[in-house]
Amino acid sequence: MIKKEFFFKGYKSILKPDSPAIALGCCFIAIGALLKNIGFNIQESIFSTMIIYALPGSLVMAESILIGASLLSIFIAVWFVNARLYPMAVSLFPLMMDKSQPKWKYYLSCHFIAVSAWLIMKSNYETIEKKDRVDFWIGIGSATWSVAVLATIIGFYLSDYLNKDMLMGLAILNPIYFTCMMVGAMKNIQVSLSVILGSILGPVFYFFSPEWSILLGGLVAGTVAYYFGEKDVN
Amino acid sequence: MSINIILSILVTSLATYVSRFLGVLSSVRIKEESKVFRWFNCLAYATLAALIARTIVFPVGTLSDASYLSRVLVVLISLGIFFITKKNFVYPTIFSAISIGMINNYF
Repeated sequence: MIKKEFFFKGYKSILKPDSPAIALGCCFIAIGALLKNIGFNIQESIFSTMIIYALPGSLVMAESILIGASLLSIFIAVWFVNARLYPMAVSLFPLMMDKSQPKWKYYLSCHFIAVSAWLIMKSNYETIEKKDRVDFWIGIGSATWSVAVLATIIGFYLSDYLNKDMLMGLAILNPIYFTCMMVGAMKNIQVSLSVILGSILGPVFYFFSPEWSILLGGLVAGTVAYYFGEKDVN
Repeated sequence: MSINIILSILVTSLATYVSRFLGVLSSVRIKEESKVFRWFNCLAYATLAALIARTIVFPVGTLSDASYLSRVLVVLISLGIFFITKKNFVYPTIFSAISIGMINNYF
């Protein structure tokens, strides 16, 4: 089963003063308020954060419900916006694959992949032995996931008291926090180029296709960054 | 309406889980030291950056109420604070949340 020692070590990693939990919590407060405004009840709001647990996913779903989009178009729109979860998984899970661990842990804990947990794991995995990393990851994921669910509940009930400026504040906080975290992670040429090119190409590709902009922008920017990084090393 | 909401939640959940699950399946065959791993690391950072930049430049939801100029100003000032405070994540984040409303009133 899960080793408690590493699980709690992961769980506690969100308690640091500069923890992503603050930004994560604030933006899910905004989501809770948004869901209430579009007509979700409290059970539906909690349920959606629990099983979606992807901020852009919830946002796209809310927008789609408002315009009355079909289920198929919701699926496609959400999938496109969240396709980043695939490279995020592939650049994280090989770090914790170990034969001594059962597969179900990986299949279930991939639900916890989100920017916050991913960045915490990326900056801490080296301190944990490979065979224990998945337990550590489940700890981080459970912690960030519970923050998101709690914040959704808070946001739902606070929504009547939040004015437009407060909601805007809650909404900008998340991209700002992650922009800083990404700039902080720019320690080698590959990551630096990926972040810089990605942030330019994402919006540029939006002019050609809003749906494909993140996927294509990320693919081109990441590949160019990889190529130059490899060339630089050689 | 309620059934529609539940169905939308389930469909959204499925659409996010697909990418996560396929990622794990692919991870089984990818070694930590391999070139493919490094490539995907670049792709992950690049798609994240693309997503965040898109959220700021072409926002959906509440953020679209703030003007373009105010959003860009908040990002630039926050990054400035981030570097001045020796890469502290908290100060720029708090600054952005408090200032966006005020800056939006002027620009």
